[in-house]
Amino acid sequence: MSAPAERRMIFKHIDEEGYSNDIDCYLKNGGYEILKKAVTQKPEDIRDEVKKSGLRGRGGAGFSCGLKWSFVDRKSGKPIYLVVNADESEPGTFKDRYIIHQDPHQLIEGTMISCFANDVKQAYIYIRGEFPEGARILEQAIQEARDKGFVGKNILGTDYSCDMFIHRGAGAYICGEETGLIESLEGKRANPRIKPPYFPAVLGLYQCPTIVNNVETLCHVKHILEMGADEYLKIGTPNNTGTRIFCVSGHVKKPGYYEYACGEITMGQLLYDVCGGPLDGREFKAVIPGGSSAKVLRFGEKFTLKNKDGSTRELGVEDIPLDFDTLAACGTMGGSGGVIVMDDSVNMVEALANINAFYAHESCGQCTPCREGSLWMKKITSRMVHGEAREEDGELMKSVADQIAGRTICAFGEACSWPTQSFVLKFGDEFKSYQDDKQKASAGKLELV
Amino acid sequence: MIQPAKPELVTVNIDGQEVEVPKGINVIEAARMVGVDVPHYCYHPKLTIAGNCRMCLIELGMPAVDRATREPIMDEATGKQKINWIPRPQIGCGTNVSPGMHIKTQSDMVKECREGVMEFLLINHPLDCPICDQAGECKLQEQATGYGRGYSRFIEQKNVKPKRTQLGPRVVLDDERCVLCSRCIRFSQEVAKDDVLGFVDRGSYSTLTCYPGKELANNYSLNTVDICPVGALTSTDFRFKMRVWFLKQTNSIDTESSVGANTVVWSREGVIYRITPRQNDEVNDTWMADSGRILYKQVQSDDRLLPAGSLADNLAAASALLKDGGVAVVGSGRSSVEEQFFTARIAKQLEAKSCIVARHGEGDGILVSADRNPNTRGALVTGLITGLPATELTELAADIDAGAVKTVLVVGEDLTAAGLSADQLAKVNIVYLGFHANATSAAAKVSIAGLTVFEKSGTYINQQFRLQKFASAVPGLAGATDDRVVLAQLLAAVGGETTGSDLASVWSALSREISVLDGLAYAQLPDTGLLLDSTAWSGLAFPEGETLHYQPATAEATA
Repeated sequence: MSAPAERRMIFKHIDEEGYSNDIDCYLKNGGYEILKKAVTQKPEDIRDEVKKSGLRGRGGAGFSCGLKWSFVDRKSGKPIYLVVNADESEPGTFKDRYIIHQDPHQLIEGTMISCFANDVKQAYIYIRGEFPEGARILEQAIQEARDKGFVGKNILGTDYSCDMFIHRGAGAYICGEETGLIESLEGKRANPRIKPPYFPAVLGLYQCPTIVNNVETLCHVKHILEMGADEYLKIGTPNNTGTRIFCVSGHVKKPGYYEYACGEITMGQLLYDVCGGPLDGREFKAVIPGGSSAKVLRFGEKFTLKNKDGSTRELGVEDIPLDFDTLAACGTMGGSGGVIVMDDSVNMVEALANINAFYAHESCGQCTPCREGSLWMKKITSRMVHGEAREEDGELMKSVADQIAGRTICAFGEACSWPTQSFVLKFGDEFKSYQDDKQKASAGKLELV
Repeated sequence: MIQPAKPELVTVNIDGQEVEVPKGINVIEAARMVGVDVPHYCYHPKLTIAGNCRMCLIELGMPAVDRATREPIMDEATGKQKINWIPRPQIGCGTNVSPGMHIKTQSDMVKECREGVMEFLLINHPLDCPICDQAGECKLQEQATGYGRGYSRFIEQKNVKPKRTQLGPRVVLDDERCVLCSRCIRFSQEVAKDDVLGFVDRGSYSTLTCYPGKELANNYSLNTVDICPVGALTSTDFRFKMRVWFLKQTNSIDTESSVGANTVVWSREGVIYRITPRQNDEVNDTWMADSGRILYKQVQSDDRLLPAGSLADNLAAASALLKDGGVAVVGSGRSSVEEQFFTARIAKQLEAKSCIVARHGEGDGILVSADRNPNTRGALVTGLITGLPATELTELAADIDAGAVKTVLVVGEDLTAAGLSADQLAKVNIVYLGFHANATSAAAKVSIAGLTVFEKSGTYINQQFRLQKFASAVPGLAGATDDRVVLAQLLAAVGGETTGSDLASVWSALSREISVLDGLAYAQLPDTGLLLDSTAWSGLAFPEGETLHYQPATAEATA
């Protein structure tokens, strides 16, 4: 089988020869035309169009963007804020940074359209601290757009005004969680808020209704308005519309970012045909399909899925179409589109030790299960890889993970427990035999002490 | 008395039991009302909801309704409305009851959640209970016993954090014991309005600390020790002094100002070890000022007036001076209602002018008011005074200078502090009754040693005209007699109507003679006090500004 053609919509100009990130280049390529069109429309019509398009959030949860906008409390009399979530921190994900670095005006246009559609008077771009260059580029791009009347007072000569500011994070994964982001934006420690009552659509930034959308999601809004929801619906599969950007990293010949219509390409096509397959002499062992928090898939495992007519079909990992729903049905998620590939050179205990170290470091420490559980799991895997593994460690760790997932303030509880749950479930033998395997492997070898 | 408005009730189902609870309260409080304990750490009824400890996870279900028609969906098997149970556990503290809500607090899922949270809280908690001051009143101990698994699966190294940080002059922090519930942080922000505490670092290495260059020094800092569910925050004054299970608890009242915060006095074998606040939602919620907690030190202070001579001899000498005429009576706003009652009767019997000494300070807007006498209102109610007192006794000074006064009966006060000179004191005979020695007791012809508030029982009337009782926590100083008894006997000695000096007898007289106390008896007074009818004194310009549960009358009128 060969892969379908790449469909570059969001990434149309990424890495394009001669395309620069200044406003002149953007305007030359038809930039801000959609915003010009949008401000002549009724805001609710734009919202309807986005709802109709079936656009799902590209940040990780895949929640309907139109629905999210519909939750906004428009009767409170308080200002409505829109916050661009550019805190792209999920390990394995590197899509938003390319939009920001190479096509920042696409983001600004998509954001301003979304602001107009939701009667937002003030937008913020929350960008992770590790993107200083991105922040600088956006700062400049916003100023260019402001000078041309696309941002700020009386946009395009209308009586609609909306300004946009950059806010740089200080380097914390949890700031990607929308309520943690809001706390951080307010100048506080990024402890996610309890929901209820603090749903951002009602009590968000400064206790006002707030929309938090991912960078890529807002870019999609521009394209939805450009082609119309009906055309947009034709891209991808039902309930999984539009394109998705896959950030493939790890053990493939051609890692990188690829944009495809959602669900039109399978995991096998992506890894073998697009990314050139495994490295020479190696075999694929496992793949994490949506950023490090998504549950791992083991090559060779089979999934039995229900069809609409009630019949069932069996899928291997290679057969999974890369959309939101099928990946969810296979027990994992499309997440942020970060596809992390591991071949047979990887020891799964060591891979998990790496992931656990990340989540233990990034837990905000607010609520008990995540705070204590993530570090405990890290301590177990680091003890294991430092030569003191026990047979029962895998099961113990899974039981710790089970005590976290579903019991925390925010989704970090799932993010830190899903890797452990899935690694132990699918590679349990490797956890049991880790000590023996290591001893066998190191037998006769000299080790530096 | 003003009755609070009856709350609207909703019916909820807690563990299969249909109960009516006030609308809008949270699940923890609703369960508490029907005797079901939902364990928690971070939740405190007087602070905002944090929802971080996850100990109060419960199972929650709502009656099913058809999305389109809003009609209830019935369960054919039971004939009742179907319940949609939320698959994830929910926090009891952050969930407010609504009609038809179903709550499970004892299900397997809830039990497992509690076991999990307990295990997590304990893995990095030091096992130093034997040397921890919180032992015996530690929520972690109690709930580990009640809801934990009883064994540990943790074989890793525990985290290491600072063990003894002096957060301020009165509070010590052990970060390893801290469960990061943030109660102390929220208290400092929301009640004390002194936002100095916070967490630094993240994850399991999160550490409670003070803002750099600041300290937890406000006058409410010790409340953080009270609300700390574990042994992380301890009182510099109390720590390592006594195991709490040896201590006897006695209800008392804070005497530092007219707020009259409700307190508990903790004592053992006649020695007081600490004072903590007692919940009264109409007065002090669950708080009290640090300044009120050290008042127990007056029991063993160096300036106590020691008993000299027999009470009978002292009373005989006193009554001889008093019956000689030309008497002025200086009562006290620190005396109990009962003592003021007898003081007033003595004054009446001797046809003497009576007054008290006002004591003013700056109110803090929380639980220390501008009137630093705990019982100014008591003096008004008992008729000891008829108008607001002054800080300086200028009228008495003038009377002494004019030679109109031969003998002054002084209860507790130091006349030199109230503006009288040593010369003026020398011109008169002084009969002094009080627990501490001062210039007035030194100048007195007769001085009788009295007791501190911790050694006697009685009542005060606070700024709200709330009658509140206190009980003796420790026995009085050897040889000293209860002020109330002394005054009752002195009244008899000067020829007044004899009344029994025990509280029941005094109260039968009080309820008979004072209309706003009509029908009241000491034994029947509720622990949280009783609001009196204050209309008779509504014209007076009391000095207090707003405090936690008190609005000055003038402010009310303009509001």
